[in-house]
Amino acid sequence: MTTTPIRGLGHPVKRKEDPRFIRGKGTYVDDIKLPGMLYLDIVRSPYAHARIKRIDASKALAMPGVVDVITGAELEKAGLAWMPTLMSDRQMVLPTDRVVYYAQEVAAVVATDRYTAADAVLAVEVEYEPLTPVLDPFKALEPGAPLVRPDREQKTNHIWHWEAGDKEKTDRIFQEAQVVVSQDLYIPRIHVCSIETCGCVVNYDRATDKLTIWMTSQAPHAHRTVFSLVSGIPEHKIRIISPDIGGGFGGKVPVYPGYVIATYAALKLGKPIKWIEDRSENLQADTFARDYHIHAELAATRDGKIRAMRVHTVADHGAFDAAANPSKFPAGLFSVCTGSYDMEAAHVAVDGVYTNKPPGGVAYRCSFRVTEAVHTIERMVDILADELGMDPAEIRFKNFIRPEQFPYKSPTGWEYDSGNYPATLQKALDAIGYQELRREQAERRARGELMGIGISTFTEIVGAGPSHTFDILGIKMFDSAEIRVHPTGSAIVRIGVQTQGQGHETTFAQIVAEELGLPVENIIVEHGDTDTAPYGLGTYASRSTPTAGAATAVAARKIREKARLIAAHLLEVSPDDLEWRDYAFRVKGAPDRFKTMQEIAFAAYTNFPQGLEGGLEAVCYYDPPNLTFPFGAYVCVVDIDRGTGQVKVREFLAVDDCGTIINPMIVEGQIHGGLTMGLAPALFEEIVYDENGTMLTGTFMDYLLPTAMETPHWKTDKTVTPSPHHPLGAKGVGESPTIGAPPAIVNAVVDALSHLGVRHIDIPITPAKVYQILLEKGVAE
Amino acid sequence: MIPGPFSYRRAASIEEAIALLQQYGGEAKVLSGGQSLIPMMKFRLAEPAVIVDINRVPGLDAIEERNGILAIGGLVREVALERSPLIRQRYPIIADTAEVIADPLVRNLATIGGNLAHGDPANDHPATMLALRAEVVARGPGGERTIPIDDFFVDTFTTALGPDEILTEIRVPAPPPRSGGAYVKFERKVGDYAVAAAAVFLVLDEAGKIAGAGIGLTNVYYKPLRAAEAENALLGQVPSGELFRAAAELAAKAADPTTDLRGPAEYKRAVARTMTFRALEAALSRAQAAS
Amino acid sequence: MERVPIQLTVNGQPYQAEVEPRMLLVHFIRDVLNLTGTHIGCDTTSCGACTVLWDGRPVKSCTVFAVQADGGEIQTVEGLERDGQLHPVQEGFWEEHGLQCGFCTPGMIMTAVALLQENPDPSEEEIRKAIAGNLCRCTGYVNIVKAIQYAARKMRETAPATAGIAGGE
Repeated sequence: MTTTPIRGLGHPVKRKEDPRFIRGKGTYVDDIKLPGMLYLDIVRSPYAHARIKRIDASKALAMPGVVDVITGAELEKAGLAWMPTLMSDRQMVLPTDRVVYYAQEVAAVVATDRYTAADAVLAVEVEYEPLTPVLDPFKALEPGAPLVRPDREQKTNHIWHWEAGDKEKTDRIFQEAQVVVSQDLYIPRIHVCSIETCGCVVNYDRATDKLTIWMTSQAPHAHRTVFSLVSGIPEHKIRIISPDIGGGFGGKVPVYPGYVIATYAALKLGKPIKWIEDRSENLQADTFARDYHIHAELAATRDGKIRAMRVHTVADHGAFDAAANPSKFPAGLFSVCTGSYDMEAAHVAVDGVYTNKPPGGVAYRCSFRVTEAVHTIERMVDILADELGMDPAEIRFKNFIRPEQFPYKSPTGWEYDSGNYPATLQKALDAIGYQELRREQAERRARGELMGIGISTFTEIVGAGPSHTFDILGIKMFDSAEIRVHPTGSAIVRIGVQTQGQGHETTFAQIVAEELGLPVENIIVEHGDTDTAPYGLGTYASRSTPTAGAATAVAARKIREKARLIAAHLLEVSPDDLEWRDYAFRVKGAPDRFKTMQEIAFAAYTNFPQGLEGGLEAVCYYDPPNLTFPFGAYVCVVDIDRGTGQVKVREFLAVDDCGTIINPMIVEGQIHGGLTMGLAPALFEEIVYDENGTMLTGTFMDYLLPTAMETPHWKTDKTVTPSPHHPLGAKGVGESPTIGAPPAIVNAVVDALSHLGVRHIDIPITPAKVYQILLEKGVAE
Repeated sequence: MIPGPFSYRRAASIEEAIALLQQYGGEAKVLSGGQSLIPMMKFRLAEPAVIVDINRVPGLDAIEERNGILAIGGLVREVALERSPLIRQRYPIIADTAEVIADPLVRNLATIGGNLAHGDPANDHPATMLALRAEVVARGPGGERTIPIDDFFVDTFTTALGPDEILTEIRVPAPPPRSGGAYVKFERKVGDYAVAAAAVFLVLDEAGKIAGAGIGLTNVYYKPLRAAEAENALLGQVPSGELFRAAAELAAKAADPTTDLRGPAEYKRAVARTMTFRALEAALSRAQAAS
Repeated sequence: MERVPIQLTVNGQPYQAEVEPRMLLVHFIRDVLNLTGTHIGCDTTSCGACTVLWDGRPVKSCTVFAVQADGGEIQTVEGLERDGQLHPVQEGFWEEHGLQCGFCTPGMIMTAVALLQENPDPSEEEIRKAIAGNLCRCTGYVNIVKAIQYAARKMRETAPATAGIAGGE
């Protein structure tokens, strides 16, 4: 019997992927170098809206080392000037007649090295006729507004209208409500800014007729299918490899024009092509997140019981609807905006609008618009508390969905799997010393100091998703795992999801270790290569653990069932006489008679029973019965500098409940990172355009990622409420903190100013914004 | 992002550097720390035909007191200023300034000469050198000349340096008894330029009244700004919160910032006031401690 | 096109090459020497993914021309391991989960190595100040601080006894 510890679920196993990263031996896409490789660089539009009158590449083509210049006209001949988006819209690869946003791809140059390519970009002459851009989605909806997309049949900037909930019932409750509060909230455009930008290396091998694309992809299989559909190349002739990825956060879900142009160039020129974005290109042209203009209302009783919620949102999608939401959910899962609170009815309506801005509405470490939903409800609850003179904690306790109400059917149709909201909030309040903080706040207020305490008790919705409801371009959102146990008792696991830092190579090995009783060291996890990994929809929206994690557990259990037959054969007992206990099949009543998985694995190849197939492997395509609903209670304490308007996060405690924890060290790390990506849009990050549609925040000089100096020392804690329908009880965690943190921070800042009559501040809460409020309220220093 | 092509000339001496600048006229740019120049070249905002690298020129990296002045060589890196015991003990305002410039990695290369010669009103040393009433030493084909700091900053990104001149040294008067200075900066995050920042240098007389005052402001004017009226208002006065508030108000009035992503002009003016007030308080406590 | 001969020692190994004057040190390290552990994350000297030690000082190699470093000594993340033994900072990042996607990690590690050479016992505040020129999007910095503290402890414990005396008056 092995003495090596198994270290399955719940162990803080050090990450298996780290030895290569700490040595600088990771392989990111820009690290890939092929013989004869050429470099592609992109000419981009200086206008947000313009007609292209002429593109003259002659000077560029005359430069030594320049191999080719590719334009939309050429791609059009190949039928590739447009490509489908994941939202069934279409998007320009390269324009044939007009550009529709600033920094849009206009032409591509191919050269023998990246320096020459950069020079050649500047030598391509493009003549534009500027057109009036439309940047404000409300103005875009006005009659006579410039048309962003004349290529469409519908001559309007309105993309779609989407609703959820019971409008009639909601309106009725609002009519009779004792108290109604309403608020406009703008959740601005932000960008994920993974430290690695996007890029690809494309190699077409004429001898084997095979196209291999190393690509910064969070969803290599889905991308392979899209590439096949767009190009007509049979899917088995395309191999997409997602190598080590330097952060994804949603920004590497879409298919970008650069990938398509590079692929076209590789096929045309017969040489490997590398395309790597600059940071400025990444920040200016890749798909953005948020940009939601929300009007929200709550109806309540005078004693603070929420009865109904009504929300209307105008969603700015830029020039193409290139989000990556499930087909039936053009506004993602925004309708989860009733949050952690039990109410009678809700109605949510969203209108998608085109503007002359880069496309998208992809995530920023958030599962399908849940950040927007949570921000709305968590702000509205505080606004209601303020209206009624209630404490923000008290109003939450009063309205929480109670533990005994789970599974809970929400008024917009979701079935929350499990939760214990009061316990989690109570734990957070006790840990941070809420009452003491309130006392301190009162004392400071008396001295004229501005201190605030903010609470957020969010509910996440992740793990898309059940095939009856969730698909992307028709592909159902299951996910997959394939496990092979080798004769000597080690194993390889291949999964349909892809890590960008989440630690799948470790956590998925732990799942298999737990289920099969094999030491975690002896299990290797592979992913990201479409030629070897089973088909999956990719990693985003905190779906890896809920979907592929479940698939891994189920596949392992299939192996275990076969192992039971082999163990019975080896022990010469009936399979029914065996039980799986302490990581071995043991004879019931005689636990000293057992076979370990290692022994069984050897037998699976050397001594298996007659009538049974040899080998020990299994595949699972897991179709989750429901989504999972992680939740948490966050408390934030801020101090405001009256002389500058600066908000300082003094303390932040996050109590998360993500169900069963596979690796507590990794979960905590995910929470730290997620909180920082919640802090960032709350206080720092925003994409700003001028009146011409030129982006003013196109570099890290102006788009402000927090450093270690702006980031507080996060404190974390947990409760554990397993998911009843997930095989492991796990729920997913990567995005919870990004969703939960912003309202906690905003609620704290507003709380610091609430005695002055302040009820809401839109993010990012910049010092200038706060100072203006201090001035208006007469408390600026 | 790739810089445009250029010819590279490494100067082994200050004379050679000046000769190269003469030879190439306005085509050449001096490379010292490169932490502003190279990013500008990557964005092709600067496309010099020739780069004259002065980093190997000997004798420009000293920090020393001599004949009643502090002399800082033009090639002194920010990190050296941050860590110099002489600077920390005798000129803490310069250490204050150095340690809030950009970030620590940039400060390992960025030089004080470059910070001043760039002529950027958003840079931090100019305000401090205004407060300290420093002098800039420039070497050119005609030899060496000394430029009072008030004459040095001509316009945005323009200084009194000629195209064939190199900033070789900054001279700061040694601190008199009962003096102290401080630089206080408000930035949105580490690595950002100041929303506004203030450098204050105060000298007290034996009775504790203000006998000398220097106030420089960062990033609130088209060039580094001396708040002369505020300085005058302090002279001969007994330091007090009220006096400092009035002086800070005068400094803010002198500011003429532009609206940008850091905030509206009026906001920056208010921050300039806050920074001035806080720098006055910090300078006073250092001056009193030096008594 | 002008090409300038340069001579560099990288991770203890001498190299000679002819480069275009405009070649950035980071591209020299990555594309000429094929040491791809040093990364590029921005255009504006902001992110620090390209941090290497140049004559012992951590600098952003995207903001240095390779010709400037002629005659100098460069150390990259690939040069930290000695005789199969991880550098304590590398070990700390692994032990304390100081990395996730790993992209900022080499730069962060090089900054930390330089910090600990100068300050063997930094406080959390000192560590945060020192790494403020290195952006991380994944970890929220808490575990990076812990990783550097781990390395500091380990280096103090294993340092020869004389190292303590050298710091005395």
